[in-house]
Amino acid sequence: MNKKEQVLLEKPKMKKSKNNEKKVETIEVFIMGKSYKVPAGLTIMKALEYAGYRYIRGCGCRAGFCGACSTIYRKEDEQKLGFDLACQKVVEDKMYLVQLPFVPATKAEYDINKIEPTDSTILEFYPEIARCVSCNTCTKSCPQDIEVMKYIQRAIRGDISKCAEISFDCIQCGLCAMRCPADIKHYHVSQLARRLRGKYLDIKSKNLAERLKEIKNRKYDTEIEKMMKMGRNEIMDIYKNRKIEAEEESKEGD
Amino acid sequence: MEVIEGYPDYMLKSIKLVEEKRKKNLSQPVKPMSMKEREEILSKYHPDYMKGTKRELKVGIDKGMLLYNGIVDLLEARPVLDPKDVDLSKIDYDVDLLIIGGGGAGTVAALFAYESGIPKDKILIVTKLRHGDANSMMAQGGIQAADRPEDNPALHYLDIYGGGHFTNKPELARALALDAPGIINWHEELGVLYDRHEDGEFQELSGGGTCRNRMHSCKDYSGMEIMRNIRDQARNLEIPVLEFCPVAELLMDDKGQVAGGVAFNLETFEYYVIRAKATILATGGSGRLHLANYPTTNHYGATGDGLIMAYHVGANLLDLDTIQIHPTGDAYPEPLVGILSTEKIRGLGAIPLNKYGDPFVFPLEPRDVESASLIKECKEGKGIITPTGMPGVWLDTPMIEMIHGEGTIETKLAGEVRKFKRFGIDMAKQPILVYPTLHYQNGGIEINEKTETRIPGLFAAGEVSGGVHGKNRLMGNSLLDFNVFGRRSGIYAAKYVKKAKIGKLTLSHLDKYNKMLEKANIKAEKSAPIILPEYRGEMAISRALDIF
Repeated sequence: MNKKEQVLLEKPKMKKSKNNEKKVETIEVFIMGKSYKVPAGLTIMKALEYAGYRYIRGCGCRAGFCGACSTIYRKEDEQKLGFDLACQKVVEDKMYLVQLPFVPATKAEYDINKIEPTDSTILEFYPEIARCVSCNTCTKSCPQDIEVMKYIQRAIRGDISKCAEISFDCIQCGLCAMRCPADIKHYHVSQLARRLRGKYLDIKSKNLAERLKEIKNRKYDTEIEKMMKMGRNEIMDIYKNRKIEAEEESKEGD
Repeated sequence: MEVIEGYPDYMLKSIKLVEEKRKKNLSQPVKPMSMKEREEILSKYHPDYMKGTKRELKVGIDKGMLLYNGIVDLLEARPVLDPKDVDLSKIDYDVDLLIIGGGGAGTVAALFAYESGIPKDKILIVTKLRHGDANSMMAQGGIQAADRPEDNPALHYLDIYGGGHFTNKPELARALALDAPGIINWHEELGVLYDRHEDGEFQELSGGGTCRNRMHSCKDYSGMEIMRNIRDQARNLEIPVLEFCPVAELLMDDKGQVAGGVAFNLETFEYYVIRAKATILATGGSGRLHLANYPTTNHYGATGDGLIMAYHVGANLLDLDTIQIHPTGDAYPEPLVGILSTEKIRGLGAIPLNKYGDPFVFPLEPRDVESASLIKECKEGKGIITPTGMPGVWLDTPMIEMIHGEGTIETKLAGEVRKFKRFGIDMAKQPILVYPTLHYQNGGIEINEKTETRIPGLFAAGEVSGGVHGKNRLMGNSLLDFNVFGRRSGIYAAKYVKKAKIGKLTLSHLDKYNKMLEKANIKAEKSAPIILPEYRGEMAISRALDIF
């Protein structure tokens, strides 16, 4: 590669304003109605912090896994309400926003060992799913883009496996339950479906059962104890020379 | 306003080189390093070996120990609680078992303590944020367990010990390897949805530093799926949980035992005195301390509180001279900086490449070695610099589709796909830009096989504990860690409770700690634990008044 080509891979020099400071574009957001100017490009979460808010509620993993920071917003002059996670959504100009600190939604209680996965199991614990009016508001409010209404329909029909599959990426933020006109607690419904499938419907591993027997019979105890007592050089040697499965695979050009 | 849409032009030019060389790169993989090469690259490029990142601790039982500056700062700060402010004669919660932390380790501990005979109303979980707000929830890649015929727990032990540079406590590494298959079985009984083949066997991938494919996964939401299940189980059993009430300091009694803690209600500012016959520390890690100035993958509450509280009562620490930086944190776009892109991406076959599209490291070295290689490449000017000045190298994700077929990324890496899609990046067609990020606290409070610390009545499990992973943890061993040692802590604490007798409650250890700081000539301006990180804008903080 020649020099000219190399230069093409470099980031262009930043534009600087007259007083030699980096120019930061700011936008206006309304946090629960109050106006703040924040730098463009921040997530809603970081924008609130920039403005001076210190989170207690409404902030968890900060990476889209925990569902603590569900946020409702509407942009000025827009009809549509938006739903998203504050840690994932980037702020937009003239955004009015509020966070949902808590979702009141009671979970059914059950002993997973004592229930059976039948067509009506989910309905027994969550009879309100039968009241679904198929408005699809749950799906529209899901920040994970899960087809929420579809899995509720599967649950009504007793298709536990499919309900579990469609709902798998649910982060349990509860926005669906807060929007549902039929008062369904979708994210609790699908939790039950997934546990039923995992426990009763998926075929179990024979290898695992075999290994558990071996461990119970203390098959590996002596070998491990021997390694625990080895001197550093000896164990290092064994470690160095161990066969690596992933490497063998790449040799085979899989 | 302009929304960031995909990659800027200069990055697209580099991606073109990546595309041109993709076939060649797939057919000519870089070999793993020898032990000597590993040591060399670590000593030159890993923050654990850099000057200025660490210093000697001046107080307490581990005086003279070398630790990361950010941790020493907190250990040499004054205890956040003033004993004079707390009335110990009024007990708000009187329980057998106090569990501090509502993440993976704490919840598993509660389930097994209950199973071991402690009634549910004699267990109390207290947690800083919500039940389940923890790094456990965020773990993506998977959990290790040697259950295939080609594999066995002895090989798993060897990987753990070698990956930790032979510094682990061997009995803890043994417990981790030998308990692992039992944990997977327990998960099956709970209803965890693992990725399986049609015959029911687990789909198992390789991870950095593992000699066999033993990574069990639940798409790329492994931690979330496990945490959802154990939390649901705890909720079904109605195990009491106090949310938004972190414990600020531990309580002791006049016999020198740990006897509970003082919790602080973050919303009303009240304190609660919790008396307990046994206490399990399950407060997790410390990524939010941003040691060595790294961004972090950790959740908001990961501020190392457990380390500080435990040190105040006299527990000792291990291996806090090392941090785990995960090789593949996101470097672009800016809102994602520091967030994790799972090791499973490399497990599935994606290779790190420099800006010329050339490979430079075996993709599945142990995490510290892989990270050091990425840092080296960037220091040598072969990384891409993002518009905000962040360096990074490519992780060539489209390779996965070439190896395993079209659609693999969508089904196996749903969370990752979703994350990048928001910013106009399709990782099935374009590579992603990565740079190491602070991920895990390798060390912590020393425990034994029963999860006991050196202070009677105090147990510890999960990321807060030390000795399990030595100076470097392998992928898939932290989900395993909180299950294995969370379970053990619940069982052994329940046993301990049956004989324990608590004396008169005291916070005098905090007065003693303050005197120790004074004697060591430390002017403690700050207090610790810090409970939450400070991310408010500089302007807002500089104008804040303390009048309300």
